[in-house]
Amino acid sequence: MSTQVQERESETETEEASEHQERRLSEKRERAGMRERAETDLSETDETVRIKVFRYDPEVEGKKDPRFDTFEVPFTKGMTVLDSLIYARDHFDSSLTFRHSCRQAICGSDALFVNGKQRLGCKTQMVDLEWPVRIEPLPHAEVVKDLVVDMEHFYDQMEAVEPYFQTNDLPDGEEQRQTRENREKVKMSTRCIWCSACMSSCNIAAGDNEYLGPAAINKAYRFAMDKREGEEMKEHRLNIIEQEHGVWRCQTQFSCTEVCPKDIPLTEHIQELKREAVKSNLKFW
Amino acid sequence: MTIHEHDVIVVGAGGAGLRAAIAADEEGADVAMVTKLHPVRSHTGAAEGGINAALRDGDDWELHAYDTMKGSDYLGDAPAIETLAQDAPEEVIQLEHWGMPFSREDDGRVSQRPFGGLSFPRTTYAGAETGHHLLHTMYEQVVKRGIQVYDEFYVSQLAVTDHDDPEDRECHGCVAYDIKSGEVVGFRATNGVILATGGDGQVFDHTTNAVANTGDGPAMAYRAGVPVEDMEFVQFHPTTLPSTGVLISEGVRGEGGILYNGEGERFMFEHGYANNAGELASRDVVSRAELTEVNEGRGINDEYVYLDMRHLGEERIYDRLENIIHLAEDFEGVNPVEEPMPVKPGQHYHMGGIETSEHGETCVDGLYAAGECACASVHGSNRLGGNALPELIVFGARAGHHAAGRDLGEAEVPIGPSAESEPEESLDTPVEPGALDSTDGDVAADGALVEPAEVVEHAVEYERSRVEEMLEGDGTNHAEIREDLQTAMTENVNVFREKEGLKEALEVIRECRERYQNVSVSDPSRTFNTDLIHTIETRNLIDIAETITLGALARDEFRGAHWRREHQERKDEDWLKHTMISWNGGTPKLYYKPVILEGENKEYEPKVRSY
Repeated sequence: MSTQVQERESETETEEASEHQERRLSEKRERAGMRERAETDLSETDETVRIKVFRYDPEVEGKKDPRFDTFEVPFTKGMTVLDSLIYARDHFDSSLTFRHSCRQAICGSDALFVNGKQRLGCKTQMVDLEWPVRIEPLPHAEVVKDLVVDMEHFYDQMEAVEPYFQTNDLPDGEEQRQTRENREKVKMSTRCIWCSACMSSCNIAAGDNEYLGPAAINKAYRFAMDKREGEEMKEHRLNIIEQEHGVWRCQTQFSCTEVCPKDIPLTEHIQELKREAVKSNLKFW
Repeated sequence: MTIHEHDVIVVGAGGAGLRAAIAADEEGADVAMVTKLHPVRSHTGAAEGGINAALRDGDDWELHAYDTMKGSDYLGDAPAIETLAQDAPEEVIQLEHWGMPFSREDDGRVSQRPFGGLSFPRTTYAGAETGHHLLHTMYEQVVKRGIQVYDEFYVSQLAVTDHDDPEDRECHGCVAYDIKSGEVVGFRATNGVILATGGDGQVFDHTTNAVANTGDGPAMAYRAGVPVEDMEFVQFHPTTLPSTGVLISEGVRGEGGILYNGEGERFMFEHGYANNAGELASRDVVSRAELTEVNEGRGINDEYVYLDMRHLGEERIYDRLENIIHLAEDFEGVNPVEEPMPVKPGQHYHMGGIETSEHGETCVDGLYAAGECACASVHGSNRLGGNALPELIVFGARAGHHAAGRDLGEAEVPIGPSAESEPEESLDTPVEPGALDSTDGDVAADGALVEPAEVVEHAVEYERSRVEEMLEGDGTNHAEIREDLQTAMTENVNVFREKEGLKEALEVIRECRERYQNVSVSDPSRTFNTDLIHTIETRNLIDIAETITLGALARDEFRGAHWRREHQERKDEDWLKHTMISWNGGTPKLYYKPVILEGENKEYEPKVRSY
């Protein structure tokens, strides 16, 4: 019985993966078109891009009231939103504040609200955007200063799902066995970089501060689906995500999936946990 | 004055820091992590390849140790290398037990793959994102154990007693700037401080390192009297994207990717750089070839060459190298299925660092270092792929255990200025290196400060006034100084090194130091003042750049990653020794200590590093 369920799930996973690949490819084709247009337009301009950046500092006169500053940044091929911010900071205003570190979409520091969508600044090409480019801090989070938001609530939600591996049954001196299928099953969920773009995009999280949110539920999925933890622990994990502010809050709007920079099928993961929770509850009848 | 007190303080929360904190916690110590980024933002997350560990039949730690020694070009110390090879398997199993999602074989065991310079396929991996999983798995354990993390706290100063002799000094804590509130706070460590601050690639203007990798740990330890070791050994990777430094994996060349210059020539062959291996020659050879092409006017835009994989066909590219398409598109705006990718060499990894024993100890009592910021020395003059991650967990764990009081026995790698076997007395530098004058407040040793609480308080006071001064001043912005420093380093201290260029770099570094005296921060805010953080980092970059350049000037031979135009051969008679630099109260002193080639069961005989 469980084998059959496993096989069916594997198929779903493959379909999901290829759907995602397809989506990404079609986005790329679309972007290639935009790029051609942008490059044609560029040859007729003086090659600067205008960015409008949200500014706010609670303790500096003149910045206590939020405002937008405009910077004209020289455009170079391959320029990202993050590059434009760094240029503006280093050449025009050293107080311009934003988080960034790796510049390669793995540290998750620079999720921003760019032209009305949550994106990582470092992996968003300027030519893929409408100009001028409007850069704001993530919505639904408290602004600390300029583009920096308070991440504490996001971290609290992540930690609320017991985000660590738990098992009582470990082999001595060697690794636990895990099938390739099971590893594949959790693979996408383990790619989360904690950028919080999903949480920021979620209408439910915006209205319900206690809602665990897509990233935390995905973290729970990562462990609940990992067979190395065992059935008992899975029950425990399903109890956590079934609470009042857990999976049942999700209204399947796909906004989180839409903005995830690592292409994690977040909504699918939440849906699957709902199904698992129903199955698990039925067992007790 | 806010002073937090813990048994063990870990500075930095990447792979080495997290492992150290868990190890100290395992020993029952009250441990806290202080980090300028949230732990999951650390640059360990960017590591792709894997973790070398002798796990399987047919492999053993001695083979791993041998490969590592050979790869180091006989500049690694045998006790440290053997410790790495012996402890790595257990540490990898530990990671698996903590749930790390390793790639799997058909039988359910963790997968291993071959890597350059390895005699057995022992690189254990988790997809192409091993570092990401390692980082997150260990952070999960930190959360599970309730270890306190002070995230977005920038440690800018160590609290060290000012005994005359660095080997008499003790570390009692550190000072950090709370980035969110702007408060300067003290951390008192009753057992020890572990530096795990990672790389320092920001010394160069083109690097695969993160913006946060500014060598804070080595710079602070150096100024507190701990010698830095083998600083001239910096690894450059031949295929990084020009606009960001993002790494394009060796896998592209492994699958058949070709390097072309601006004239469409396959220069690796046509200009005779590597008639056999071609594009697959070792990293340093390919990097030098690319730069020669550019310097001789055959580059593109005088900056880069092309890496072309279009001939592999769309299907094969999508099948094996899909990740590369995303990297090139997202970070360079180039679709590599349709056009060649621009690439150039970029700084990648620093073999040198804070001198430690194989237990992670430095010569200052209570001060430890582990990971890329440290030099035990495992990598010697050249690090093998897959050996950075085991270094983090093996030496992170040992430093954590030792700091928390576990007895690891007497270390075999000697540390501190007393390990000197010969001084360097004939180095001809165009300008004096080191502090500009004796009032430069870093460790003005007069023996007055030795009481632990007082040492921490004094360090906090000192740091507060330094911050005030920078916030209130009306001087130079650090960004220009940093840019000039980085440009000079890339121009003169990269894969090509020659006497005159190195001297020129020392002059620029001196000039940067002078300009830095008048530095100030224009953002007056106490809230999230990144301008201030970057300004403090720039001072660290200046000190680190100087040690790299001094080491490079001193070592007149070609070994591993260090190449000198005037000296293109390895000189074992003169140079089987580590280059050591101690701050020496502001007048840096160079000296040498012998390499240890005597292992547990055998003596390693230097051989030609050819594969």
